Amino acid sequence: MDTLISLAFLLIKILVITHVLLGAVAYTVWLERKLIGRMQNRWGPTRVGPFGLLQPIADGIKFIVKEDLLPPGVNKPLFLLAPLLAVALGLTSLAVIPFGESITIAGHTEALQISGITNPHGGGAIFDPNVGLLIILGVTSIGVYGIALAGWSSNSKYSLLGSLRASAQMISYELALGLSLVGVIIMSGSLSLREIVNAQSGNILHWNFIGGWQFVAFFIYLISAFAETNRIPFDLPEAETELVAGYHTEYSAMKFAMFFMAEYANMFTAACVATLLFLGGWHSPFEGISWIPSLPLPALLAAFVPVFWFALKIFFFIFFYIWVRGTLPRFRYDQLMAFGWKFLLPLAIANIIVTSVLVAMNLAPLGSK
Amino acid sequence: MAHLSNTASAEFTQDRTMILNMGPQHPSTHGVLRLLLEIDGERVVRMVPDIGFLHTGIEKTCEAKFYQQVVTLTDRIDYLCPMTNNLCYVLAVEKLLQLEIPERAVFIRVMLNELTRIASHLVWLGTHALDMGAMSVFLYCFREREDILRIFEMVSGQRMMTSYFRIGGLSLEPPLDFYGKVRDFVKLFPERIDEYENLLTSNRIWVDRTKGVARLSAEDCISLGVTGPALRASGVDWDLRRDMPYCGYDKFQFKVPVSNDGDVYARYLLRIQELRESISMVKQALDGLPDGPIKAEAPKVVLPDREKMKTQMEALIYHFKIVTEGFSVPAGEVYQAIESPRGEMGYYVVSDGTPKPYRVHMRSPSYANLQALEKMCVGRLLADVVAAIGSIDIVLGEIDR
Repeated sequence: MDTLISLAFLLIKILVITHVLLGAVAYTVWLERKLIGRMQNRWGPTRVGPFGLLQPIADGIKFIVKEDLLPPGVNKPLFLLAPLLAVALGLTSLAVIPFGESITIAGHTEALQISGITNPHGGGAIFDPNVGLLIILGVTSIGVYGIALAGWSSNSKYSLLGSLRASAQMISYELALGLSLVGVIIMSGSLSLREIVNAQSGNILHWNFIGGWQFVAFFIYLISAFAETNRIPFDLPEAETELVAGYHTEYSAMKFAMFFMAEYANMFTAACVATLLFLGGWHSPFEGISWIPSLPLPALLAAFVPVFWFALKIFFFIFFYIWVRGTLPRFRYDQLMAFGWKFLLPLAIANIIVTSVLVAMNLAPLGSK
Repeated sequence: MAHLSNTASAEFTQDRTMILNMGPQHPSTHGVLRLLLEIDGERVVRMVPDIGFLHTGIEKTCEAKFYQQVVTLTDRIDYLCPMTNNLCYVLAVEKLLQLEIPERAVFIRVMLNELTRIASHLVWLGTHALDMGAMSVFLYCFREREDILRIFEMVSGQRMMTSYFRIGGLSLEPPLDFYGKVRDFVKLFPERIDEYENLLTSNRIWVDRTKGVARLSAEDCISLGVTGPALRASGVDWDLRRDMPYCGYDKFQFKVPVSNDGDVYARYLLRIQELRESISMVKQALDGLPDGPIKAEAPKVVLPDREKMKTQMEALIYHFKIVTEGFSVPAGEVYQAIESPRGEMGYYVVSDGTPKPYRVHMRSPSYANLQALEKMCVGRLLADVVAAIGSIDIVLGEIDR
C-alpha cells in the first residue's frame, strides 16, 4: 500500500514537473521575444491574446499542423532519432534536480525532486541520488549526439558544418564547465545536489559563489553554459548568417520544435545547476538574518516559499541569457575554441588548485558551519 | 569555364575539400549574391562569386526612355542610396546640356545626398552587425533610417524610390516643415552614433571578429578598382567629393577619414566617422541654405511652374513639348563620377542629339568592390567571409543592373 502511494506521488511529480518545465519553456520563448523586443525598440508579440500571452500556444499549434517534411537523401532513422534524442535528454536531467526541501500532503512527506525519496523508515530525511551532478553532466554530454546526428543525417552541407561546430564546441566547453564544478564539489564534499544545496544553507553570504570563494568558478560556469546551450555569443552551430540554420536547417514542423524545446530545456538545466551549485538552491538570500521578519504564511504556502526563491534565481539566469543575446555579437569558430581551451580551461584548473589549497589549509569559508 | 555555362559550378580541386554553395538565398549575402566556396573544414580555399540574379536590364531600358524619365530608373540601381544615383545621372546630363544650377538647389541636393549617405551607411552598419550576431544594432540603425526615409517622403512623396532630382534642379520646393525635421535629425543623430559605438567599437568580441580580418593593401585596392570607404580604409586618401568636387561640394567643410589598417575594423571605424562628417555637412547645408529658385533658367529642359503653365501660353507649350516629346540633348558623351556611399559611382551618358540617350552605362562601385572579395577571403574562415561581404557594403541591384 505504501509503495503504491509512493508510486502515485512519483507519477504526479513527474507529470507536474515535466509540464511545468514545458510550459516554462514555451513562456520563456514568449519572454525572450518580449524582452528582446523591448530592448530593440519593438513590441514583440502583441496579437495573440493580451500582451501576446497566447503566442506560445499559437506557435505550438503551428508546429503541430505544419507539414512534416522529409528531405530526399536523408538517413531516415537517424534523422528521426536526432530530435527525439535532443529533447529527451534535455528533459532527463530534470529527474535529479531538487526544487525545494519537501512538502507534506495528507500526512505524506514528499521530496520536491523526482528522484528524491523520503526515508521509508520515517524520520522525514530525504535521500537523492548521490551522483546527481554526474548524472546531469553525463546526460547533457550525450545531448550533443542529437545535434551531431541531426547534422550528419540531414544530407546537407550547412547542417554538417553546424553539427561539427556544435560537437567540437560542446566537447571543449564541457571540460571547462565540468572543472568549474569541481571547486564546488570540494567545498561541499558531495556529488548529491541536495547535499550541495544544504551545505550552502543560510543567507546570501553562505552561498558558494560568495561564501565558498567560487566566484571564478561561477564565471566560468556561466560562460560555458552559454556555449553548452548554443546561445549568443556562442551560437555558432546555428549561426544563421553563416550556416543558414546550422544543424536544424533541414528540419521542419514538430521535429524542429523538438530541437527548439531541447535548447530551452537545456537553458533551464544550466540555470538549475547554477542555482543549485552556486546560488544556494532554494535558500532565501535573507535566511537566518534575525532582523528580517518572516512572513506568517499558511503551512502549505510556506512549503512553496523555497520553490519561489528557486524559480526567482532561475528567472534571473534566463533574463541574463536574453539580455546577453540583445547585446553581444557572435564569436568566430577559432576564437571560441581558443577562448575555451586557452583561457577558461586553465582558469578552471587554477580555481581547483586554489580551492583545494584553501580547503587543505582549513581556511574556513564564510559560510562554513 | 564557369562563366560560359548557365550556372557557375566548381569542382573541388583537392581531396580534403568540399564545395559549399552560399546563396543566392542566404541570410548574409546581402541580396542575391551567390558564392561558390571551396572549403577545407572551415577554411576557404577558393571562392567564385556568381552574379546576375538581379539583372534588370536597366541600362538598356534607359535607351528607350526620355532623358527626364531615366531619373526614375536610376533609383532602382542602388536602392539604398536613390538620391545619389539621381544626382549622378542628373549631373551627367546637365554637363551635356551645360546647365547652370541655382545655388539653393545645389545646397538641397548636397543636404539630401548626405542624408542618403547616412541612410545607406545605417543599413550597412545594421546588416553588418546582424551578420556578426549583434541583433540590436540592426534595429537601432533602422530606427534612425526610418527618420531619414520620412524626410525623403516629405520632399518626394516616396520613401525609397525618391526620383526627387530633375535635370535642371529639383522637382518641387521642399515643404516648410522639412527644414525643422532635418534640423531635429541633425540634433539627434550624433548621440545615436555614440549609441551604436557603445555596443560595438570597444566590444571585445566585435574587435576580435573584425580586426585583422579581410585585409586589403592599397596596391590591391587600386589594381582591383576598389573605391570608397574600402579604399580609404586601406590608406589611399581619395574622395571624389574633395578631389574632383561636383555639385558644390567645394563649398563645404569636411574631413575625409583615412586609415591604414585595411581590415574590416578599419572600414567600420571609417564609415562611422563618415556618418559624423555627413551629419555635419547636412548641418552646414541647412545653415548656409541660400534663397532663390530651385530650377535652372532653361525653359526647354525644365518644366515650368504649375502656376505659369496655367496662365502663360509659352509655358503651356513648353510643358506640353517636354512631357510628350522630351528634350533633345546635344550630341556628345560625358562621364560623371560622384562619391556614393559605396565608392565611385559613375554615369557614362552618350547622346546622339535625340531626346533619348544613345547609351547609359553605370560604373557601379559595388561591382568593382566585389572583385576584391576573393582576395579578402581566401585562406580565411567561413565566418570571415560574412564579415568581408558586410565590410565592402555591396548592393546587388547595382552589381547586376
